[in-house]
Amino acid sequence: MSGTQAGRRRHDLWVRAPRVLKSSSFRLALLYMSLLSISVGILLSFIYWSTAGFMDRQTDATIGAEIQGLAEQYRERGLPGLSTVIQERITRDPAGAGLYILADADLKPVLGNLDRWPAGFLDTSGWMRFRLRNRGPDHAEEHAARGQVFRLRGDLLLLVGRDVRDLERTRRVILDALTWGLAMTAALALLGGWVLSQRVLRRLEAINQTSREIMEGDLSRRIPVGGSDDDFDQLAAGLNQMLARIESLMAGVRQVSDNIAHDLRTPLTRLHTKLELLRAELGDTHPARAIAEQTIADAEELLTTFNALLRIARIEAGGRRAAFAPVDLVPLVEDLAELYEPVAAEREQYLTVSAPRDAWVIGDRDLLFQALGNLVDNAVKYTPEGGRIDLRLAGIEQAILIEIADNGPGIPEQLRAEVFRRFFRADHSRSTPGSGLGLSLVQAVIQLHGAAIELLDNAPGLRVRVRLERGAAPETDPAQPTAPTGQPG
Amino acid sequence: MRVLLIEDDRHVADYLRKALGEVGTLTDHAADGREGLLMAASGDYDALILDRMLPGLDGLGILRTLRAAGNQTPVLILSALGEVDDRVDGLRAGGDDYLVKPFAFSELHARLEALLRRGAVDAPETRLRVGDLEMDLLKREVTRAGRPLALQPREFRLLEYLLRHTGQVVTRTMLLEQVWDYHFDPQTNIIDVHISRLRGKIDREFETPLLHTVRGAGYMLRAP
Repeated sequence: MSGTQAGRRRHDLWVRAPRVLKSSSFRLALLYMSLLSISVGILLSFIYWSTAGFMDRQTDATIGAEIQGLAEQYRERGLPGLSTVIQERITRDPAGAGLYILADADLKPVLGNLDRWPAGFLDTSGWMRFRLRNRGPDHAEEHAARGQVFRLRGDLLLLVGRDVRDLERTRRVILDALTWGLAMTAALALLGGWVLSQRVLRRLEAINQTSREIMEGDLSRRIPVGGSDDDFDQLAAGLNQMLARIESLMAGVRQVSDNIAHDLRTPLTRLHTKLELLRAELGDTHPARAIAEQTIADAEELLTTFNALLRIARIEAGGRRAAFAPVDLVPLVEDLAELYEPVAAEREQYLTVSAPRDAWVIGDRDLLFQALGNLVDNAVKYTPEGGRIDLRLAGIEQAILIEIADNGPGIPEQLRAEVFRRFFRADHSRSTPGSGLGLSLVQAVIQLHGAAIELLDNAPGLRVRVRLERGAAPETDPAQPTAPTGQPG
Repeated sequence: MRVLLIEDDRHVADYLRKALGEVGTLTDHAADGREGLLMAASGDYDALILDRMLPGLDGLGILRTLRAAGNQTPVLILSALGEVDDRVDGLRAGGDDYLVKPFAFSELHARLEALLRRGAVDAPETRLRVGDLEMDLLKREVTRAGRPLALQPREFRLLEYLLRHTGQVVTRTMLLEQVWDYHFDPQTNIIDVHISRLRGKIDREFETPLLHTVRGAGYMLRAP
């Protein structure tokens, strides 16, 4: 049981995933994610730019201070003083970040802690960026450096710079952190959007579900209100008010029809019964008896039509699913065939039944019998003598199909939608007795059961297909006897 | 036979009293629910005809009160509603039969007769008989004048029902409800065809017919 439920949920997710992607809320979430990511991206770029720029300026300031010190020495003590100071600084901190190189006009190093003049771009203000290898604790790694170049007397060139490896590393760490931050922002925004759209979708689904139930005739249904008084609650409240209004209008209509039933049927009954009394008083031999009989028959026809109309109206109004219970259609269809078989036999028609072992649906047994009975009745009525009528019952996945097929004249395609209208009579059926309400009643019952009915071409003849949702069989044997057969064996 | 009619529509009530009088049934009448309940509880009636929609106390209320007090008088409910769940409500409340307005008097009469005789026929029986027609319920055999008759299961049930109501009018709707167990409204007289088949088996080859058609009402099985 729980396994199939889990399976169904998984199935639901599969079915729903594309819908989630299509939903407007999800699109909004995507848009939200993009805008948020762009904003956060701009913010992080600014942070990166200002931190990295700050570090660059600091390096430049350090180099500047160093140059200032060296320049003082050079001014006071000339080249030897400069060389001494450089040498001192190198020896004091051999693995330090300070870089010095004094080279001659051919760029051949004279002094310094670089073994050769580095290749790099020199800008107009004398600053140079270059890359270093084989220096520092991690020899293999190539890393960045930056320095300023001066031309001294005697065509000597002095480069004072700094190894900015740490700076570079820090910059990379910051960049990584910012990139991850951006990625996480996007992911969180997307997740938030998904959750949000699920929430919105669930509430929309609740509205959808309710509207479907209402379409099936249960006007008492209301859209659930969350209680947070948000837009959805307001929408739900608005729709619920509308539904309440419609329901009260419908109740008014029903009240009218009930009043008609009560007010008109009673005098009709009296009329009918008085006619019966009259017939009884006239006795068997009175010449007016035949007229009395005909009048009674007319009154009965009137009552029948009237009852049928009221009955259809009441079924269409729905709300009478109180009598819904699990019904096995197999004995029902067999009873139907058994009931109509003598009529068919009188017309020399051949009536067959094919049915599976069981076919459970949830429904009103008497109404289903009535609806299918009307269909079989029509088939028997309109199929010519010697014709063939097939009742077929089949279970297909989640549905039960009932087919009533005949090889009579059929119904032209353009008329098939109209036959369900009240009082519709096809031309060829005007000569046969009937009120023209049989199929309207069928349709009302079908709608009540949330089922579908199709009129198909049986080539030749008509094939009516009713499709009902399969219901679960009751767990114990149904206590309700389905037409007790009373015959052992 | 004394019957209490609880019905607020004066015309229907007058008419029913008159019609029931003509068929030899004494009828008392109550026009509202409270009065009806008092009369039903105090009087000794063979059956009650009870309208569902009544001023004062509604029909089902009366019925439940009576049944709760242990009153087992057979009750025929009349109603202008007539959907299946209404019927189910009525029978659940303790009603014995249910008739939807408008109805033919013959239908009401037939059902009332069936209710009044119910006590007598409910005793377990193994043989049913009318004239020279005999049904053995244990062996599930039917003979007429000693000759065995071959009946289909449904024909057997149909005949059994008719035999249990020998001498009473049985309407087509009663047969549909009792023999086929469906409450529905056939568009054609399918029951007539079943009856004529049965008649072919039990009457055709014999001198005196047992199964009679009662015009405008239904059928009756009776001894010649």
